[in-house]
Amino acid sequence: MNAGRNHPAYWAFLVHRISGIALAVFLPMHFWLLASALEGEAALQAKLAWTEQPLVLAGEWLVVVALAAHLAGGLRVLALEFLPWRGWQKTLAALAAGFALAAGLAFALAR
Amino acid sequence: MEVRVWRGGATGAFESFEVPRQPSQTVLDVVTHIQRHLDPTLSYRFACRVGMCGSCAMTVNGKPRWTCRTHVDKVAASGRLEIAPLANLPVVKDLVADMREFFDKWARARGQFTPTRTRSDGFAVVNPESSARREADAGVECIGCGVCYAACDVVKWNPDYLGPAALNRAWTLVNDERDGAKAARLDAVSGDAGCHSCHTMMSCTEHCPKHLSPTRSISGLKRMTWRLGKGGE
Amino acid sequence: MNGRRLWIAQRVTAMILAHCVVVHHATIIYAVHGGLGAAQILGRTRGSIAIGGFYALFVVAAAIHGGIGLRTIAMEWLRLGRVSNWLAGLVALALVVLGLRAVVAVVAA
Repeated sequence: MNAGRNHPAYWAFLVHRISGIALAVFLPMHFWLLASALEGEAALQAKLAWTEQPLVLAGEWLVVVALAAHLAGGLRVLALEFLPWRGWQKTLAALAAGFALAAGLAFALAR
Repeated sequence: MEVRVWRGGATGAFESFEVPRQPSQTVLDVVTHIQRHLDPTLSYRFACRVGMCGSCAMTVNGKPRWTCRTHVDKVAASGRLEIAPLANLPVVKDLVADMREFFDKWARARGQFTPTRTRSDGFAVVNPESSARREADAGVECIGCGVCYAACDVVKWNPDYLGPAALNRAWTLVNDERDGAKAARLDAVSGDAGCHSCHTMMSCTEHCPKHLSPTRSISGLKRMTWRLGKGGE
Repeated sequence: MNGRRLWIAQRVTAMILAHCVVVHHATIIYAVHGGLGAAQILGRTRGSIAIGGFYALFVVAAAIHGGIGLRTIAMEWLRLGRVSNWLAGLVALALVVLGLRAVVAVVAA
């Protein structure tokens, strides 16, 4: 990575952007799958059964982490832009990362 | 120590020089040595050489820095030093960047004070403890060196983006109660070319040699342009 | 496209989505305990106006937010210039259509 980009706020930006792209790619698939309920419960169940495969479950977990990371990063941006300026802005990036991981863990445990 | 220096303009190549190490040597010392003793055709800028003017800003091992304030010991631990002109600006020759666009954007952001009083009006009384003046003072020490501009990826990706320095200066002026162009200035700094394109990457704040925070100023502009309900493209 | 207005829309939808996401995440974790089969899901969602309303809002906010975000990426990383505006509009529209279709699918009895 370019030396000038090696600091927490930049990583926070990058994670936020990449997780955003991941979510934008995931959402249409999510909507398409749920819409199979239009054909009845059995149709939806068939698709849901497909998602129980290990690779899909792993992908699903990644999406959950991406969403948590994107939310955390977004809260960091909102804090920077709307709250009075504080010296510990860098900590926000770390907090965001921690939150995202915790959310992912909670989901993994539940599943 | 081996030193690689950019030669040429937009197209060119890095040229290697062997430069003797000295105690307390700065990168500017290195560049000066090359130009004086090894290759007089090397072009570079400097003026005060004591960290006050910002003229010697260059890219050192990938980071924009003031070369007079960068000790070789600190950046060339592995014994390799690579010096290039400031990023995000056209290259005139070798280590000299064309700063015109940087200052043009400063003007486009309305980074100039617009007076409201005449000489017969008496002095303006500005309370230095007022929150507006504190905000202005936090950003007013900028000397226009271009390091933040070179560090910013939004500048790199968005050719119209006014950049951290211009926006920081605009913020100090909208907080100046003597200034008469607040509405027009907020208009100038709004939109895709203005403060709304900042992604809070904070590379500007990270690299500013005067420890200013353009991110802080730009955040202020974002809040102010929201509240005032004005702003064009 | 007014950059300032898009920025405001992005922040406003972000604040809405922050709430929606927390509720959604908590709901899914809770629901997972009962099983995530079609019967369980539809048993909860079918006929619920509250659920329909909540997710309709979620979909619209996400479509706007995602569209604006992708517009920025299209301009900065793909260098598509003004085409980015059309791309963003298209993506937002697609997400609204697909999303509301999904909401109807799980809520309509």
